[in-house]
Amino acid sequence: MSLTRRSLLGTTAAAATAIGAARSGRAQAANTIKIGVLNDQSGPYRDTGGVTSVACTKLAVAEFASKGFNVEVVAADHQNKPDVGAEIARQWYDRDGVDMIIDVPTSSVALAVAGVAKEKNKLHINVGAATSDLTGKSCAPSLIHWCYDTYMLAKSTGGATVKAGGDSWFFVTADYAFGQQLQKDTTAFVTAAGGKVMGSVAYPFPGTTDFSSFLLQAQASGAKVLGLCNAGGDTVNSIKQAHEFGIKMKLAAMLMFITDVNALGLDVAQGLSLTESFYWDLNDRTRAFTERAKKVTPNNWPNMVHAGCYSGTLHFLKAVADLGIDAVKKGTGTTIAERMKAMPTDDDAFGKGSIRADGRGLFKSYLFQVKTPAESKGKWDYYKVMGETSATEAWRPLADGGCYYLKS
Amino acid sequence: MFMIFGYPSALLFGQLLLGLINGAFYALLSLGLAIIFGMLNIVNFSHGALFMLGAFVAWGLLEFLGISYWWSLLLAPIIVGAFGVLLEKVFIARLYKLDHLYGLLLTFGLALVIEGLARNQFGSSGMPFAIPKQLQGATDLGFMFMPNYRGWVVAASAGMCLLVWLVIEKTSLGATLRAATENPAIVQSFGINVPRMITLTYAAGVALAAFAGVLAAPIYSVNPNMGASFIITVFAVVVIGGMGSIAGSIVTGFGLGIVEGLTKVFYPQGSSVVIFVVMVIVLLTRPAGLFGKGGH
Repeated sequence: MSLTRRSLLGTTAAAATAIGAARSGRAQAANTIKIGVLNDQSGPYRDTGGVTSVACTKLAVAEFASKGFNVEVVAADHQNKPDVGAEIARQWYDRDGVDMIIDVPTSSVALAVAGVAKEKNKLHINVGAATSDLTGKSCAPSLIHWCYDTYMLAKSTGGATVKAGGDSWFFVTADYAFGQQLQKDTTAFVTAAGGKVMGSVAYPFPGTTDFSSFLLQAQASGAKVLGLCNAGGDTVNSIKQAHEFGIKMKLAAMLMFITDVNALGLDVAQGLSLTESFYWDLNDRTRAFTERAKKVTPNNWPNMVHAGCYSGTLHFLKAVADLGIDAVKKGTGTTIAERMKAMPTDDDAFGKGSIRADGRGLFKSYLFQVKTPAESKGKWDYYKVMGETSATEAWRPLADGGCYYLKS
Repeated sequence: MFMIFGYPSALLFGQLLLGLINGAFYALLSLGLAIIFGMLNIVNFSHGALFMLGAFVAWGLLEFLGISYWWSLLLAPIIVGAFGVLLEKVFIARLYKLDHLYGLLLTFGLALVIEGLARNQFGSSGMPFAIPKQLQGATDLGFMFMPNYRGWVVAASAGMCLLVWLVIEKTSLGATLRAATENPAIVQSFGINVPRMITLTYAAGVALAAFAGVLAAPIYSVNPNMGASFIITVFAVVVIGGMGSIAGSIVTGFGLGIVEGLTKVFYPQGSSVVIFVVMVIVLLTRPAGLFGKGGH
């Protein structure tokens, strides 16, 4: 029945965007760049992406000084369902004249939308999804993956944990594309560093709220580290319940955002290690960006996905201005993607960066530790920086991804 | 430690106990549904949303008024029950003469509205809710580390289920209720206000959902989707137990919690569907459910 409930919501959202599109009229379409934010607006990943991603995308549009064209932003809920996501993407690209789709969390949906973008040669900037396949075996010339992936998370958090003595692991994994990929990538780093994996359990996603069973299985394995290959509300519940059951393993949340830390509270979350490529309190520029973002999203401060939607949109608009609106409208997604790759990125959220030939955004990544309640000085003051990995070191080497269009 | 089917016994005992804890929630929720269906003939799809409301009321009482968890156990069901009275009077009472399907659609719609409003107001990550001081900590049972709070959940819901069963099966109020279910016209002719009784029954069923919501608040994050993930399973429990059967919903609630717990050890990927597999088997062999007495 949850299927019916969410499809109902989806239909409404899709209908709303369709009406919006019709109203805007076709006359001005030639001079208007249309950006579609496609993500989870109502489910478990709403706060890690959702309306805050839309707000940050709009912030980038507002800050981008107009270069002789209009920009319009539309949004829809993909409900974490690949078929729904692909259908909206198709409709946006074909009928509604959307030039670029951004965000798209949930790896299974991201892979489906990436397929549509590739088939239609339209631009897709993925921010919210984690799977490193987006720049590997599922890469496309019109696809860019912005600010994090499973490889970078696994390398940073996984590598650091083994170095700190956590050499035997047990994984609790969400049973879909993202969880499996994250477990695979982390396993590679753990074994390469001399650690071993004692076992794993894959649980059904979505729909699992009680993790205690899996946590006890993890404890029974005798492993030192519990690797959580899940995200959002699942991670929050897993950590909460591990705390409740007195699980004495070291917790490694392989993907966790500051929004999740906020939901857990520092009492439970303190001491966790995690990796993000953005934190609001890194430097003057990130603080300046957050001050501006807080005006549009006061209760949910931006995490790396929200900041990524801002940064990706800004860079996209710069490329459009550089190409000229006529060339963009006549060209394909690949045309814009190639121009984006040719230009260095620079914005307040991520500083200077670049995009590699396979579509991989290259930024620094940071290993954080969650502060104790005593260390935290105020609202959202949650992280200590434990280490940083340079943009050249953080990501999977170009040659190892197996992206098809680079081979020829 | 000895082994059972190649698994350490401690792990299996632990899982049995965990199953029982989840079963406690299934039992409480399906009990409320069974009472409402038995009396009103309404398939109350808004039950999950009301369960969620119970948790949110407890959270709000603590956050804004400083009212403790223990008072919330009493107050949240009363507040949500009063909201139930409103729902019944304004919406549901208009549907008794129509087919089941209308009630189902209406309550389904109400659930969407309630959950949507909550999501709009509170987001989806959820609110932290601490375990009350008296129940923090855990007890080492030898085969597993049992959080005291979970023990309390099993005890509280088993107690509540027993109480409800006694009221319905063993008191004169319960007898009147059961009679009104069988034949409202005759009961009304004895001078009993049947419509009011129906309203209060709905409120009681809803209050049970809210009670379960308060129990769940410290375990799961208090978030607008918490009911949606439970409700489908709970409906399966009600169908397996026999629609409207009080004892059936309690026994199958606990039983299926255990079945699900064991599946999480032997085949974790199947843990979300095992209850539905049982449902299919039961419907094929005993269409009225395990404890059902045939059609209504």
